[in-house]
Amino acid sequence: MSLRIENLTVDLGQFKLENINLTLETGDFFALLGPTGAGKSVLLEALVGLVPQSAGEIYIDERRISGLSPEARGIGIVYQDYALFPHLSVLDNIRYGLKFNTKKSGVAHPPKAAAATVVNELSSLLGLNHLLHRYPATLSGGEQQRVALARALVVKPDILLLDEPLSALDPNFRQELRGHLKNLHAISGATFLMVTHDFSEALSLARHAAIMAGGGIEQSGTIEDIFRRPTTAVVADFVGMKNLFKVEFSDDAAYCGEVEFRIGRRPEPGSGYIAIRPEDLILSKNQLVSSLQNSFKGKISAVRSHGFFYEIDLTVKTLTFTAVITNHAFFDLNPVVDKYLYLSFKATAVHLF
Amino acid sequence: MRKDSFLWLTLMSSFIVLLFVTVPLLRMLTAPSLASLWETIRDPEVYRSIWLSLYTGVSAAVICFVFGTPLAYILARSEFRGKKLVEAIVDLPIVIPHPVVGIALLGLVGKNFWLGRLMHEIGLRIVGSPSGIIMVMTFVGLPFYLQAAKEGFASVSPRLEYVSRSLGASMFSTFIHITFPLAWRSILSGIIMCCARAISEFGAVIIIAYHPMIAPVLMFERFQSFGLRYSQPVAVWLIVVCLLLFLSLRLVGGGRRAGRGSRA
Repeated sequence: MSLRIENLTVDLGQFKLENINLTLETGDFFALLGPTGAGKSVLLEALVGLVPQSAGEIYIDERRISGLSPEARGIGIVYQDYALFPHLSVLDNIRYGLKFNTKKSGVAHPPKAAAATVVNELSSLLGLNHLLHRYPATLSGGEQQRVALARALVVKPDILLLDEPLSALDPNFRQELRGHLKNLHAISGATFLMVTHDFSEALSLARHAAIMAGGGIEQSGTIEDIFRRPTTAVVADFVGMKNLFKVEFSDDAAYCGEVEFRIGRRPEPGSGYIAIRPEDLILSKNQLVSSLQNSFKGKISAVRSHGFFYEIDLTVKTLTFTAVITNHAFFDLNPVVDKYLYLSFKATAVHLF
Repeated sequence: MRKDSFLWLTLMSSFIVLLFVTVPLLRMLTAPSLASLWETIRDPEVYRSIWLSLYTGVSAAVICFVFGTPLAYILARSEFRGKKLVEAIVDLPIVIPHPVVGIALLGLVGKNFWLGRLMHEIGLRIVGSPSGIIMVMTFVGLPFYLQAAKEGFASVSPRLEYVSRSLGASMFSTFIHITFPLAWRSILSGIIMCCARAISEFGAVIIIAYHPMIAPVLMFERFQSFGLRYSQPVAVWLIVVCLLLFLSLRLVGGGRRAGRGSRA
């Protein structure tokens, strides 16, 4: 179902969320990004109903949920530290929510027989069948987070909030759980809202995103838009990598339209983007004879001065690259719009998502 | 060198402190002969007083548990103006001299106050009755229960409650299914502490109720009338019975929840 946040304001004394407006479409996977202290977690708690809001409205479809108690909202939450009930077995954790038959709430509880099926399906899907009788303290981080996901989804929430679900995990588990999240999102049909400070996580999972800073939304839109067309300095700074392209992978190469990138390795399954930091692009007047595996001739489409450095936009066939050069290099290259320059970078400078 | 002598100093003084606590108790426990212990427990006055001590003490702890738990939860979970004042009020019974407690309570339920007269008229006897003893014991035991229960609740992460509520559980259900079971060990400790404090009360009890005699009052009376040797066996029996009570509470209460892995 869709989630609509209108002019939401939360005043916590030292910290304030002001005038938050966001819309999540039905079945969306939405990433909420931003530096630490931006107010992401406060926004989640306001959505669940754990911190009181001082103004604004929240709707799930046309149901107004602002002012309802947490148990009546139909919003699930999964925390970074898993927050499993330590005194209950994995199975009892997963089916905990099924005990509460709250007819008033938006939580649609399946009937008893169906409940067992739901528990079964989720635990098979997440590979938890052999853990059902263990207690949370004996599980690894990845296992605990899978239990937390199953527990949240068993009651079929309209909206599932994920508060940095991957950041406490080892890199191996993180990759695995990313796959699970993608899968669960597709199967459950719930709308996911994930808080993260890791852009690659957002890129690999989410369709839409918003960047928060200082208690407000800086920008929201599709992931690609935010990445490539930041509207505020805060977003540009946060995003960092400007050269983002949606690509098709084939072996150790990536194709975006007619442009071929050498990436020197195979992408992880499910990847679909590459990105290159502007400072990793090397510009030259003549084609470099070097070991750099990627080299293109590009037409200068824009030159912007930033005081200590310059940003140069180069068009290569259908793509636009942004490079950063020092003032010194600027005088050497003397870049003028519509002139041509060569653009090179290492295969290892290409980030895959 | 200096480090060594410091170590010796700390060890020595720790040893002295431990002796100071254990030696008098051991001396008392071993002083009465088995024959006198046997004779003492067959004395109806003795076992009646020990039984009275036990059931008034346990009743006081149960009352603290029933009425104190919500307050302990509020103190653990919420910040409000005047919280410090509430906490100070709750701790008052610890710092007030015991006879003062007895006199204060007597002033309330005695015949010179309307409440006492009212209770007397409807046939509720407080002064010189087990209910009076329970009242005094509840008063002095309450801070011990509240402190332990509060710490127990504070150690349960609020996040667990949040998750429970997002899964459809009301505040009450969340308390019953999550918060209470996780705080149970501390709550049980609080009940035992409260009970122990209640049974040990003497100064406040004799002002409200010299008769019927709880075990400490009986010990005092025997000491006054017959001397040390007649009061020691009663003391030994009281200690043994209390230890058995607390041990079984721990076993019964701890066994049900504790075996299930640690508190995360």
